[in-house]
Amino acid sequence: MSTSSRVGRWGINAVAILGFIYLFAPIFVIILFSFNDPAGKFNIQWSGFTLDNWADPFSEKQLTDALLVSLRVAFVSTIISTFLGSLMAIALSRYKFKGQGGVNLFLVLPLTSPEVVIGASLATLFLNRSVEFGYTTVIIAHVMFQISFVALTVRARIRGFDWGLEQAAMDLGASPMRAFWKITFPLILPGILAASLLSFALSIDDFIITFFNAGSLVTFPLQIFGASRVTIPPQINILATMILLASVGIMVLGAVAGSIRRKRLGQTL
Amino acid sequence: MTRTQRLASFTERPELVGLGVLLLLGSGVILLAAEITSGALAYVVGGLMALALVGYATTIVRGTSDDRRSIAPYALLKPGVLWLSIFFLAPLWALFVMSLSSKESRFDFFPDFTWEWANYQEAFTRFRPQFIRSFTYAGIATLLTILIGFPIAYVIAFRGGKYRMLLLGLVVIPFFTSYLIRTLAWTTLMSDNGPVMNTLETLRLVTVFEWLQIVDDGRLLSTPAAVIGGLTYNFLPFMILPIYVSLEKIDTRLVDAAMDLYSSASSAFRKVVLPLAIPGIFAGSLLVFIPASGDFVNAQFLGSPNTTMIGNSIQDQYLKQLNYPVASAMSFVLMVIITIGVLVYTKFMGTEELA
Repeated sequence: MSTSSRVGRWGINAVAILGFIYLFAPIFVIILFSFNDPAGKFNIQWSGFTLDNWADPFSEKQLTDALLVSLRVAFVSTIISTFLGSLMAIALSRYKFKGQGGVNLFLVLPLTSPEVVIGASLATLFLNRSVEFGYTTVIIAHVMFQISFVALTVRARIRGFDWGLEQAAMDLGASPMRAFWKITFPLILPGILAASLLSFALSIDDFIITFFNAGSLVTFPLQIFGASRVTIPPQINILATMILLASVGIMVLGAVAGSIRRKRLGQTL
Repeated sequence: MTRTQRLASFTERPELVGLGVLLLLGSGVILLAAEITSGALAYVVGGLMALALVGYATTIVRGTSDDRRSIAPYALLKPGVLWLSIFFLAPLWALFVMSLSSKESRFDFFPDFTWEWANYQEAFTRFRPQFIRSFTYAGIATLLTILIGFPIAYVIAFRGGKYRMLLLGLVVIPFFTSYLIRTLAWTTLMSDNGPVMNTLETLRLVTVFEWLQIVDDGRLLSTPAAVIGGLTYNFLPFMILPIYVSLEKIDTRLVDAAMDLYSSASSAFRKVVLPLAIPGIFAGSLLVFIPASGDFVNAQFLGSPNTTMIGNSIQDQYLKQLNYPVASAMSFVLMVIITIGVLVYTKFMGTEELA
C-alpha cells in the first residue's frame, strides 16, 4: 500500500476518533457537573467536587415531579402509538395494495415537518375547539408524532419477514388468528419492542411540540426550560445521568436478549 | 342487472372499497375536526362516513375470504390514518385559516377569518432576518454534519468489523440524555472561561477565530457560530445513521475491483464509494435541515437576541404575544418552503431512504 493511502487511512480514523470525542464531550460535562458544588444558582461553572448532590438526587421537588409527569405521558402515549403504528407497519409490509405509496408519503410527512409548525398547528386546532390544554392534549400530540416513528421503524425491522410462515401454519390447520399469535407475533415482537422504546424516548425528550400544547402541565423538558433562566441545580445533571444510565442499561439488555434469542433459534432451526 | 349481480360487480374490486372507505373517513374527519363544514353539512358528512362504514362491513360479511384479504390492509391502516388526519392534517388546515384571520384586540382568543393577507406581509417583512438566519444556520449546520458525520459513518461501516453495532450504539448513546440538558452542557463548554475558549487561548488561535468571525469580542457564546455549533451537534446522529445505512450496503469487492483495475485509492473512493453514499447523504440532509431550520432551543440557550431564528419568533408571537394569526402565517410559510423541498427530493429519491 502506498504511503499516501496509509496517511489517508489514519487520517480518516483520526477524524472519526475526534468525532466520537465531540459526541461525548457534553455527556462528560453533564456527568462531571453532577458532582459540582456550584457557587451560585447556576451549575455551569466548575467550583469544586462534592458528593452531596448524589446524596439527595430528588431534592428538587418540582424537577422530580416534572420527570414523573413525563414518564406518565410517555407511558400512555407509547402504548397507544405502538398499537396504531404497528398495525400500519404490518399493513405496509405484509400486503401489496392500492394507495401504498400515498400511505408511505403520509407517514413521512409528520417527520418532515418542523416541530414548531406541528406544535403551533395542533395548538390552533385545540384553541379553535376550546379544548383545555394539559395532560390529554400532550398525549394526543405525542401519539401523533410517535405513530410515524413506530410505523417506519417496525416496517424496517420486519422488512425481511417471511409471511409464508403464517400461510404454512394455516395450511397445517391453524386459524388465521392462531397463526398470527403463535407464529407471526413472536417473530415481529422484537421489532415492535425496539420501536416502542424509541418512541418512549422521543416522548420523554420532546420539548418543542409539548411547549405549545401543555398549558399548565409541566413535563421534564418544560421544567428545565422554564427554570433555566432562574436556576440550574446539579440535580438536573443527576436526573439526566440516571436517564442515560437507564437507557444504556435497556440497550445492553436488549442486545444480550437478542443474541441469546438468535443462539436459541440457531439451535432449534 | 339484478341486485345480487350489482353486489357482485361491486365486490369485484374489493380493494377499491377499502381504499375508498379509508379516503372517505380520512377526509371526513378532517372536514369535521377543522370545522370546514358545520351545521347541517356536518351531519351530511357524518352520514356519508356512516354509510361508508356500512359498505365496508357489507364487503366483509358478504365477500369471500379473498375479498376480506384484499381489504384487510385498509382495516389495519384505519386507526393510525384517522389519528394522523385529525391531529396532523386538520390542524394544518386550522393553521392556514388562522394565518388569514385578524384579531379585534390583543386578548381576542378567537380571531375571525377575514382573508387577512397582511399577516403574510408581516411574516415576510418584519421576520425576514429570522427566516434568512434560520435557513442559513440550518444550511451550514447540515454541511458540517456531513463533514463530521461522513468519516464517522465510514469508519464504522468499513473499519468497524465485529464492533459495528457497538460503535453505532456509541453514536446514539449521547442522545439518550435530554436535548435541553445536552444544549445546556454546551453553554458550559463554550463559556468564556470554558474548555473550548481555553484551548483556543493556549493554541493562540483566538485572533484567527475572531478574524474568521467565529469568535466575537473574545466570546464564543452568544455568537452565530455557537448556535450553528449547537444545531450541528444536536442533529449529527440524523446524518451519521442514514450515511451508515447506505455505506453498509456497499460491496467492498467493488472497491477492490476498482483498485485491481489500477484506480488510485482516492479515485476509487470518489467513483465507487461516494456515489453509493449519496442517497444516505441526501436523506441525512433532510433529517438535519428540517428540524434545524425550525429549532429555537439552540438559539435560545447558545445565542443572543441577534441570532434569533424563525422558531424563536413563532414561539414568541404565538405563546407570549398571543399573536396567533401572524405566528400561523410564519409557520405556514416555513412549512410550505420545506414541503416543496421535500416533494422535490422524494420525486428524485423515493421515501424508502427516510425510514
